[in-house]
Amino acid sequence: MSEKYKTVAYYPGCALEGTGHGYNRSTKAVGKKLGLNLVEVPNWNCCGAMEVKNIDPEIQNYLSARNLGIVAEKMNVDTVMAPCNGCYHNLKKVEHDIAKKPKTQEVVDRLSQKAGHATYQAGQVETIHALDWIKDAIGEDGIRARIKNSLKGLKVANYYGCMYTRPRNIFPEKDQGPGSESTYKPHYMDDLLAAAGAEIVDYPLKTACCGGAHTLADSDTSTKLVLNLLQTAEVCGADIIATECPTCHSGLEMHQVRAETEHGIKTNVKMLYFTQLLGLALGISGRKLGLQENVSDARGLLKEKGLL
Amino acid sequence: MPIHEKSLIRPEDLTEHEALEIDGVDVSGHWSTFIETRVVSDYNERMEEEIAALPGGEYIHRCWQCSACTNVCTVNDLNPDFNPRYWIYLARMGFEKELLRDKDLLWQCVSCHKCTHACPREVVPEGVMKAMATWAELKGHTAVSPSASFDAEFTEQIVATGKIEEGRIIRGFFKRTGQPLRQAWLMEMSLRLAKHLPILMGIKMALAALFRPRTRNWGKSQAAIEEYLVERDAANKRALNLD
Repeated sequence: MSEKYKTVAYYPGCALEGTGHGYNRSTKAVGKKLGLNLVEVPNWNCCGAMEVKNIDPEIQNYLSARNLGIVAEKMNVDTVMAPCNGCYHNLKKVEHDIAKKPKTQEVVDRLSQKAGHATYQAGQVETIHALDWIKDAIGEDGIRARIKNSLKGLKVANYYGCMYTRPRNIFPEKDQGPGSESTYKPHYMDDLLAAAGAEIVDYPLKTACCGGAHTLADSDTSTKLVLNLLQTAEVCGADIIATECPTCHSGLEMHQVRAETEHGIKTNVKMLYFTQLLGLALGISGRKLGLQENVSDARGLLKEKGLL
Repeated sequence: MPIHEKSLIRPEDLTEHEALEIDGVDVSGHWSTFIETRVVSDYNERMEEEIAALPGGEYIHRCWQCSACTNVCTVNDLNPDFNPRYWIYLARMGFEKELLRDKDLLWQCVSCHKCTHACPREVVPEGVMKAMATWAELKGHTAVSPSASFDAEFTEQIVATGKIEEGRIIRGFFKRTGQPLRQAWLMEMSLRLAKHLPILMGIKMALAALFRPRTRNWGKSQAAIEEYLVERDAANKRALNLD
């Protein structure tokens, strides 16, 4: 195991303290099992999600910069890991904007000064996703060596959503050739879950949109988009859709129920966070992985497959 | 993929007469359909500037109409009238009246960032869509959209406490938009969750609803953001001559 990312700052974000709690629990449990240390960012604030930028993009940048500033000033690490795609995206976004747009640095400086904390400068902290964290610190070989309970026989469609890869300009480390993550066909989740023994199905909608930003504001559109994702996964032969974002995950769960109650269209595919799947393979109990906290209850299926 | 286009000849501009004779010539029926002359003289020449001044719209001037945005657009797949390329064209030409035909669609962008990813000119079409929706609202062409209500509820909670709590967001949003909280599908979802949610987690969620999660010592950040937002609102109004 490399020393890279052995200890990282952990930025869970608001969703992981609410609907995405199962993601929070499973991320921590997997980290512990793999011997990786997560130190939560002290006194963090919301990153602004997908909403604040519509009021003003620079306020959103300030919100994310405050969190990065805490990591730079108060923590003895140079990397922050965010499991939520939205948080990850926004931290990456401010890193990009602060380096490229003088206005962003100006607003962040001004607000930080007024708020009485240190301002953030580009390059002080590296932001990574939970996928980067496990892929780079442990890798596929490391996962294979630690499997207690192979996911063999479980058919999984990997769903990455929008914010993990788009737009490309805020992810300079992606699309750098072999080994790096791709923004068109991301594969880190495929790699890790395949190493854990899962059968990865070819899923053409891995970066399609679930309508998460308008999950309540335009529910009909979100239900259409989610149904498309669920039905396609079923056609591809998947038992499970693996997720890496609490907004996508709860969007899929909510609109699976909505499609059923409002339109009478029932789908059977279940959603699990990729960390819950990895955790099962590593021999962690379903309870510790928060399986009971998902709306989409996959425990029956997992029992059938001999994984619980 | 083809460039998505729309016909400039609209059904309402076509005229047919069942019985009409002009200078002794019978011009009745479909064969001599008339197309109403279309003369546009009421351009809003400041329209591009207005949208560029609003949050997200600043790079609208870079667009060279390649339509990469519309071709990859998630919402365009569901509704061909949702056409970012076309709307950017109208805004830059100052065809305000034409854009207003689609005013009730502008807010429907789901921020999937496919357009921004595909755009060769870094227009950030996603931001431009948000700026256009804001523009239509500030000018009084549309009511506050559900999306804008959600953004406002969300932002107000963050500004007040530094964090959000999802239950409070849902309640606040439904209240703002005058919708009942007891929606069949939300009830069904809560019911399913309640069936297997551990009691401790249920108690934790109930506590979060009572005692809002908050960032400590947030007051100064709150004041700084509020001051900035007041300036922002004033700048938006100035840009649209709404003072």
